[in-house]
Amino acid sequence: MSSPAIRFENLTLGYGRHPAVHHLRGDVERGSLTAVVGPNGAGKSTLLKGIAGSLKPLGGRILVDAGAEGVAWLPQAADVDRSFPLPVYDLISMGLWSRRGMFGGIRRADRARIDEAIAAVGLTGFENRPIGTLSGGQMQRCLFARLLLQDSRVILLDEPFTAIDESTAADLLGLVRRWHAEERTIIAVLHDLDLVQRAFPDTLLIAREPVGWGGTDDVLTPENLEKARAMIEAYDRHAHRCDRTAA
Amino acid sequence: MLYDALIAPFAEFAFMRRALVGAIALALSGAPIGVFLMLRRMSLTGDAMAHAILPGAAVGYLFAGLSLGAMTIGGLAAGLTVAVLAGVVSRATALREDATMAAFYLISLALGVAIVSAKGSNIDLLHVLFGSVLALDDDALILLAAISSVTLGALALLYRPLVLECVDPGFLRTVSRAGPVAHLSFLGLVVLNLVAGFHALGTLLAVGVMMVPAATARLWSADITAMIIVATLTGIASSIGGLLVSYHVGLPAGPAIILFAGAFYVASLIVGPAGGMISTLVPRRHLEA
Repeated sequence: MSSPAIRFENLTLGYGRHPAVHHLRGDVERGSLTAVVGPNGAGKSTLLKGIAGSLKPLGGRILVDAGAEGVAWLPQAADVDRSFPLPVYDLISMGLWSRRGMFGGIRRADRARIDEAIAAVGLTGFENRPIGTLSGGQMQRCLFARLLLQDSRVILLDEPFTAIDESTAADLLGLVRRWHAEERTIIAVLHDLDLVQRAFPDTLLIAREPVGWGGTDDVLTPENLEKARAMIEAYDRHAHRCDRTAA
Repeated sequence: MLYDALIAPFAEFAFMRRALVGAIALALSGAPIGVFLMLRRMSLTGDAMAHAILPGAAVGYLFAGLSLGAMTIGGLAAGLTVAVLAGVVSRATALREDATMAAFYLISLALGVAIVSAKGSNIDLLHVLFGSVLALDDDALILLAAISSVTLGALALLYRPLVLECVDPGFLRTVSRAGPVAHLSFLGLVVLNLVAGFHALGTLLAVGVMMVPAATARLWSADITAMIIVATLTGIASSIGGLLVSYHVGLPAGPAIILFAGAFYVASLIVGPAGGMISTLVPRRHLEA
């Protein structure tokens, strides 16, 4: 087996001194397709933030081997300022940043790739529309096109199918499957357990602490889900210092 | 007749030509800066920084009188200090940038008023507050042109990260470390342009040549490229129009330029096709699709 795409070494992530992800350890295999599920406040988004490198661990570390393109991270769509007067085409083409950088011009071959990405998400004809005029589903298609252009080996998706209709979700899931077939490593935060069971071979169930991690059918048992729910209700304002070193 | 009204003032008087060149140089760089300030929701930051320049210019004045060099260096130093401190403090503490900016500019404004009050005549004070677009000498013109050129060049280089930092800062952070650099460089450009504007229009109106054309442009287009073009054209037209009005009617030139831009703004508020009053209040028949 080759080295893992991502390795968590006794990882603790959090805000202030309160852990949101507590003592997580394990490997995400190269080319795996993993769903991250758990109750609200379980640290799912925080975990993606940590992998993307925009949150420093409180303890332990994350080793990410994503190659030259780096990690592609789709946060919850609310992070985009949709009042900014930018056309769809320009937002999508920013996916080429890792190759063209701050100053590089967009070449002829790039234009073909951009057009292809726009077609792949079904937004052909929308190129010149300001992003403010897109619906929620169209915006999500737009962000997926940008992900396509990023061409990363490791892709993080934070609730990618929330608040969009079925046909959009089906189209975007098709892209996720395409990436999986291309042996990219994908981690997606999801709430729809049916979808997880249908489309995601591996699942990490967390409730601040990892509850289960492995094959989806082994992890998503009623007992595990109940355990996760119970664990997340125990947030303690006056928690003591954690002296645990091994889980 | 038309010649007398529009061309003759500039053809006959060197000070009018100089004022025109200076004002257009300001408009060329100030307008795109204003558009970015507005899109970054920093319209009032420009105003705050304009106040922050005052104590620096006042210290320069204290040492060297009404000297272009001393007041420029003083203004730049004060403006950049406030911009950098506000940026650093907002990244290192719990306060947001607007709050730190407000605190710093109030402190420096108080300092500036204290210095000016301690030493200085009322005439000099008027010069500092309202500028002297009709009395720009060669050195001042070269300074304005240089600042304008540097600004346009730097904006061309920073354009991509600046836009992306507004639209999707989270994405920019994952692909590049250019965000904070672009932000601080941009604040530096704002200060440069305020100092340039300060010589021509004074500390109080310097920010006007940036923000008023930008706000006008927003009412004409929802596309950033078009906005920058409209803002620049508005700035240039206001410079020409303001100088002519000031010549014929006898108004002070700096305020006349900003008032002219203000007239464009008010007119656009009413007829602007991208969110003006008529376009929002008078519904047109909806389309089929």
